[in-house]
Amino acid sequence: MTEYTQDQATFREVVTKFLQAKSTPTDVRRLMASDEGYDADVWQQLCQEVGLAGTHIPEEYGGFGFGPVELGIAAEEMGRHLYCGPFFSSAVMAGYAILNGDSEANKQKLLPEIAAGSTVATLVLDSVNDPNQVGRQLRVTGKELDGTAPIVTDAHIADVLLVVASGEDGLGLYSVIADADGVKISPQQALDPTRKLSRVAFSGAEVQKIGHLSESGLNKTWDQISVALAHEMIGGAQQLFDSTLEYTKVRVQFGRPIGSFQALKHRCADLLLELEWAKAATHHAAFCLASGQEPETASMAKAMASDIYMEAARAAVQLRGGIGFTWEEDTHLWFKRAKASEVFMGSPHTHRERLLSLMEEAS
Amino acid sequence: MSPDDIRTELSAWLDANWDPNRPLIEWRNILVDGGWAAPSWPEDSFGRGFDVEQMAVVNDVFAEKGIVGAAQAGPRRLAAETILVHGNADQKQRFLRPILTGEHAWTQLFSEPGSGSDLAGASTKAELIDGKWIVNGQKVWNTSAHHADWGILVARTDWDLPKHQGLSYFLINLRQPGVEVRPLKQMNGHASFNEVFLTDAEVAVEDMLGAEGDGWAIATTTLSIERQGFARGRNERPPREANEGSIYDEFAKELEIANEPYTWYPQREGRVDLVMKRAMDTGAIKDPSVRQEMAKLMCMSRAAQLAAHSAAAKRKAGSNEIVPAGSIGKLGASVIARQSAHVHTMISGADAMLSGPDSAEEGVIAETLVSVPAISIAGGTDEIQKNIISERVLGMPKEQRMDTGPFRDIKRN
Ligand SMILES: Cc1cc2nc3c(=O)[nH]c(=O)nc-3n(C[C@H](O)[C@H](O)[C@H](O)COP(=O)(O)OP(=O)(O)OC[C@H]3O[C@@H](n4cnc5c(N)ncnc54)[C@H](O)[C@@H]3O)c2cc1C
Repeated sequence: MTEYTQDQATFREVVTKFLQAKSTPTDVRRLMASDEGYDADVWQQLCQEVGLAGTHIPEEYGGFGFGPVELGIAAEEMGRHLYCGPFFSSAVMAGYAILNGDSEANKQKLLPEIAAGSTVATLVLDSVNDPNQVGRQLRVTGKELDGTAPIVTDAHIADVLLVVASGEDGLGLYSVIADADGVKISPQQALDPTRKLSRVAFSGAEVQKIGHLSESGLNKTWDQISVALAHEMIGGAQQLFDSTLEYTKVRVQFGRPIGSFQALKHRCADLLLELEWAKAATHHAAFCLASGQEPETASMAKAMASDIYMEAARAAVQLRGGIGFTWEEDTHLWFKRAKASEVFMGSPHTHRERLLSLMEEAS
Repeated sequence: MSPDDIRTELSAWLDANWDPNRPLIEWRNILVDGGWAAPSWPEDSFGRGFDVEQMAVVNDVFAEKGIVGAAQAGPRRLAAETILVHGNADQKQRFLRPILTGEHAWTQLFSEPGSGSDLAGASTKAELIDGKWIVNGQKVWNTSAHHADWGILVARTDWDLPKHQGLSYFLINLRQPGVEVRPLKQMNGHASFNEVFLTDAEVAVEDMLGAEGDGWAIATTTLSIERQGFARGRNERPPREANEGSIYDEFAKELEIANEPYTWYPQREGRVDLVMKRAMDTGAIKDPSVRQEMAKLMCMSRAAQLAAHSAAAKRKAGSNEIVPAGSIGKLGASVIARQSAHVHTMISGADAMLSGPDSAEEGVIAETLVSVPAISIAGGTDEIQKNIISERVLGMPKEQRMDTGPFRDIKRN
């Protein structure tokens, strides 16, 4: 485990300050009720002024040239503030897919636009459950793409779709213009309204091949996305933990703060333990991505972050009592993000299986 | 009366009086006058003092003939049964009939923003001014208050007594200017509850139930009636689908309004019934890790039914042994609901990200995932159930109290 540097800590402060101002619960509620689901001005500021979309994109492609650790810091703070916008879809998912590809031309063309926020991209996977199931629905014949991806984040506002599909020579990464003929993007009602989802159907859509995608290439991208998502999740879990802890100190029943009841003290102590473990695992996974070591830590992070986020979300509702179950109270916004993130890019049991397989191979 | 006698007399009476084209209220008044609206109630309160077995015959005959019975749905039964126990003759006469006929809908006004688990910590104030009780305060979680005519209200009449002793119980007319009802939306999108603001609301002196200071004792009656109903489904259905007659339309409308707050209640219990179907439909049944969690759930769910049956059998046999069935059953329902939500999540995988009519089981799975958190809060939280089990059932030493002495000196929000 490596510690954060002073620069990294400063970077976190900058991100936090921005989000504290631009992603308040009031903003989140406004955006989740809108069709677009994000504020285009705030997105521009996030990309232009803070440069967050280019965090992990090398300088030669218009980014900051930081790595997964800094990207993790950004994602963690976004999760804490429930930032609504295409950061995860465009910068993290599509960004990583392109970076891992071997088409220099596409990197030069797409990455600077993604980093600048002038292009919104998203990654279209026909399974967001398990990398082993990717490529079963989406197929490319010649230059034409067919098939359906049932769950795609932010496709409704994307300019470019990066699509993983099976071609004649196995899996490949393709790009498709979002409003091209043969592309049908249908927004879906999401359990977590702070992250918009669409079903994307292709019928003979024209694709441009970016490159071949090996099994290990796909798994690498999957890991990178999972680690960023795990950061987002521990950020959300931390937010829920902090606010819940505070609530137990001020809410009075039976003539005393509810936090004075041992049942609640023990529950909070248990949460802290699990949260500290999940944070340690997640931060370590980012360092491992950077160093290329211990590949199983990505799945470890995603599984542990998923579990603690849901644990914290359940406790956040429960320890508030009835008020925690209301719409007016903000807790449910994070609860729903926790539930949706738990199953996005692999459920905990899928990741535990992956983790164990990798450890088995290594031993 | 023997079962056969009941069957004969009731059938003859219904043949003579039942007409499916009578207005609903008119019919129910006839039912009340005939003594068939609530035969389990005592004879001085519109009933016949029937026991459980006798009632079973009555219910059978009503069901066989497709007869619309007395109004049952919603919280009105809580009011009725409490009034039955604690009301004076005048109150029974005035309040019970319109409850049975459905003319008056009721709501329960107990919980407050500042007193949930600590229900006896209510701080809504009732003062006797010029021969009327004047009520000020706020209630919350009041199911169906938005179409209730009357409320059962617990309010504080003495601030110098210890908290349980300073409460009184009122029957309050909600159709008055001092009462404002606001719906309260939940995280699952439904709005089953309300907040009720009482500002100089008036209660006539003759509408206090019991004596001043009896509020907590009477509330305990209401709460035990409520707990008995907790496991029972509250959704009453029209007698038969194909029945003809205007009374069925009126009845269906009444039920639709009364049942509306409860449509999501099965979801908060986790929809264990849908687990096997979903696992087969999706193919998740083949995943060993899902199978293990499913099997755990099936064990819990079946064992809970068995334990409940054996507790019920003991009660019926008149055993005095303390059976912790109530709190255990309620706590168990929470554990099962959580495990079921966990299993549904595993089965659905990424599809659990979707909700609404196009998602799994027309949105029922998604609604389950965001409704289950209610089960461990509603009707007393899990933590409170555990306190009850440990202190009252297991006899473990009690927590030191910090809420004794005059109520006005007790720390509160
Ligand atoms: C879906 C739903 C339906 C409801 N229906 C009704 C209804 O029909 N009628 C009605 O009157 N009310 C109803 N309620 C209200 C419900 O009864 C209260 O929300 C519940 O009793 C908890 O009270 P509270 O919300 O004030 O939470 P609080 O009492 O403030 O509790 C907050 C937290 O502190 C914990 N806590 C409190 N005291 C202790 C203790 N002594 N030891 C350990 N932990 C403790 C609680 O367990 C909880 O986790 C409903 C609530 C919900 C969510």
